[in-house]
Amino acid sequence: MHDVAAHAAHHGPPTSFIRKHVFSLDHKVIGKQYYGLALVAALVGMALSWFMRIHLAWNSAAIPGLQLLSKNGAPGGVMTPEYYLQLMTMHGTIMVFFVLTTAPFAAFGNFFLPIQVGAEDMPFPHFNMMSFWVTFAGFVVLMASFFTGDGPTLGGWTQYAPLNAVGPVGGPGQGLGVVLWAASIALFCVGQLLGALNFIPTTLDLRVKGMSLMRLPLSAWGWFITSCMGLTAFAVLMPACILVILDHVAGTSFFVASNLVMNDQLLPHSGGSTLLWQHLFWFFGHPEVYIAIVPGIGIVSHILITNMRKPMLSQRVLIYSMGALAVLSYMVYGHHMFVSGMNPFSSLAFSFPTLVITIPSTIVVLVWTFSLYGSKLRINSASLFALGFISMFVSGGVSGFFLAQPSIDIMLHATYFVVGHFHLVMGVAAMFGIFGATYFWFPKMAGRMMNETLGKIHFWFSFAGAYCIFMPFHYLGMAGNVRRYSTFVDDFLQPLIPVHQFITVAALITGAAQLIFVYNLIHSRFWGKPAPDNPWEATSLEWSAATPPPWDNWGGKHPVVYHDPYQYGVQSSVGDYVMQASPEQVKTEHEEK
Amino acid sequence: MAKFFAITIIVIAILSAIPILRHTWVAPEDISTHGALIDEQMSETMAEAGISFLAAQFILAFFIWKFSNPRPDAKLKNFPGGAKGLVIAALLVVGIEVMALGIFGVKAWANVYLTPPSADAMPIQVQAGQFAFYFRYPGPDGKLGPIHPELINEGSQNYYGLDPEHDPDSRDDIVTAEMAIPVNKEIHLLMHSKDVGHSFYVRELRVQQDFVPGLDVSLHFTATKVGKYEIVCTQLCGLGHYNMKAYLSVMSQQDFDDWMKKEAAMQ
Repeated sequence: MHDVAAHAAHHGPPTSFIRKHVFSLDHKVIGKQYYGLALVAALVGMALSWFMRIHLAWNSAAIPGLQLLSKNGAPGGVMTPEYYLQLMTMHGTIMVFFVLTTAPFAAFGNFFLPIQVGAEDMPFPHFNMMSFWVTFAGFVVLMASFFTGDGPTLGGWTQYAPLNAVGPVGGPGQGLGVVLWAASIALFCVGQLLGALNFIPTTLDLRVKGMSLMRLPLSAWGWFITSCMGLTAFAVLMPACILVILDHVAGTSFFVASNLVMNDQLLPHSGGSTLLWQHLFWFFGHPEVYIAIVPGIGIVSHILITNMRKPMLSQRVLIYSMGALAVLSYMVYGHHMFVSGMNPFSSLAFSFPTLVITIPSTIVVLVWTFSLYGSKLRINSASLFALGFISMFVSGGVSGFFLAQPSIDIMLHATYFVVGHFHLVMGVAAMFGIFGATYFWFPKMAGRMMNETLGKIHFWFSFAGAYCIFMPFHYLGMAGNVRRYSTFVDDFLQPLIPVHQFITVAALITGAAQLIFVYNLIHSRFWGKPAPDNPWEATSLEWSAATPPPWDNWGGKHPVVYHDPYQYGVQSSVGDYVMQASPEQVKTEHEEK
Repeated sequence: MAKFFAITIIVIAILSAIPILRHTWVAPEDISTHGALIDEQMSETMAEAGISFLAAQFILAFFIWKFSNPRPDAKLKNFPGGAKGLVIAALLVVGIEVMALGIFGVKAWANVYLTPPSADAMPIQVQAGQFAFYFRYPGPDGKLGPIHPELINEGSQNYYGLDPEHDPDSRDDIVTAEMAIPVNKEIHLLMHSKDVGHSFYVRELRVQQDFVPGLDVSLHFTATKVGKYEIVCTQLCGLGHYNMKAYLSVMSQQDFDDWMKKEAAMQ
């Protein structure tokens, strides 16, 4: 396999500005481009959530400047009900696709997977470049819907049929807005498929000499398993989006049933299936949850081990658990559809695998937690976010006990309980993975250290803030507070408005604290302390590369791997660890058997 | 820093649990015959999820407290039993726990969805459309007339597209904007969507079911307490979604009969 690795880079060092920084074939530049895209998308998504939260808590409040975004959607800065839904749809779409998928998987995976396996690059650099630029085009198309026609679609990030296919008669944004949404997501899917086509052979074929599969760091396993999921999940969503577009522009009726009436007019569609969209969407949608979180599981394991100064209790168990999560994720998707009108026996059939998926999740948490026992835990920004990830993953995970059961779902479906659940387990936990990864790998990516004090301040605000925002969501849901309402006009929701106001204040403060991170990121990029090659005394191959790594990662000298990925707690010439690429023979106490 | 973090985790875990233990925000009182099982299932799940949540956070906090920034001469140790013990614990404890929840929960689900309505259940049709519910009672003949979508006209208040001139079954159908039902009488709700996806959610009844355009689904329940309750749409259906609601009035049989007479006279 090392021969393949040696010949993996089909491109020479770039010379022009465009090839270096724009249409780059270098996986590291592409990784940074993905990171930049995710950062911009996250800031947009966060701003949208601020607007929504202010509107929910103080319904008639004018939000200064919002009218500039849409004169009709926010006359005088006060949001209309339809504009609320449009912003909500964009928030969900941007966050799920362009942040939670791109940052942990595409950004860090692109940058570090080839380095962690010892390769010079991915096997298909042109596909890799296309992967980013197609994704970028998807983002531009999505953003364009803010400024075209009657604005973005209001159908939610799940875009349920037939509202997604009936056209402009469905409401603002349901014509051009939906077409742009579906086109954007189809492009995104193409980008991720191209990415998966690179990640899988990188892992399987480009490993350097000595790098057996079991010697891969857990982060590399996370990206590899995620790319396998992406290959199948995005391959289903992409055609589904194309079918939606066809329903709009080609007169087909894939998702619109016969005899539907809107505005007293019979719709010119017949024979489509409403539930077909839900099946296609959730066949993608549930694995997507794991596409967002499995890279985080790998990254957090990697960060924790480095800072515990000892390997996990079992590397193998963690890898198998991630694999089990990936496989089961396809068998549970129907739990989103318990009350959708599908056969009630199907609900039971989907309920049990959903409950079973609790087991590998629990194993992962137990292995993390009990590996802390007897460790020499170092507290820094990266490890704080990694430990925070565990706390959030648990908090978001236990609410899954409820939602996995069809009978309880009757009460909690489409309430804020669900919103709280997925924000904690998929949103906040994944974001903590991204933050942890940033503080951990920034020195290698940028060649400079980030400011630790600012990092810790950022952590405290984020950790306490996320709980203040998302725990009350569960209480609201238990009281029956339904989601996707722009205004709580219903009598029974009035007593809950103070809770919404508390959440809004927490969201504004926590959101503002994220600007500390942005400042730290930008300031450190240019003025941070220069980083040594291995600031965390870590073992995996990325820390053997120069800082920042040269275009071929290794300066023409390929590493050879001599050890398991996490040889800590040993006595070597450099300290309590031995790097994978070090030929030094040490007595290892923790080798995986 | 690590000790402060451990304390923060514990404080957050306890603060999170307090509203649950104090029942600060809970679902309103159940008024259905099937809801008690759902509530019971909810309580059992809350107990198990709550214990798991607190235990996991406390152990995490304890280990962070105990094992961070150790003395330089501290020795690394592994948890006795290693990963094997943890895997067995996860399989046995959590596996059995969640499977038990799943198996016991089947009964609560079956009560609503896997049992047919009784023969004397009262049929009521509900039609959802952007952004209102309309209810149809079959009248004295016990039959609902056919829907002609092309005849639906909100202006002339023909919400269902009925054609009483040609369809005798439609002539005595009673269409209302409010849903009234007699207390302690099983209702067989026939759910029809006029346009896009909607949902029928009454918290007090422990009922939530989506409407599927192109596919009529049904539901059955019995309300046990007289009162007025809100029916809300929970499936995003368009710009007026937040305001799509109707009222459910549970009445004594006598009041219901009177109400029905009044509505029939207004058709």
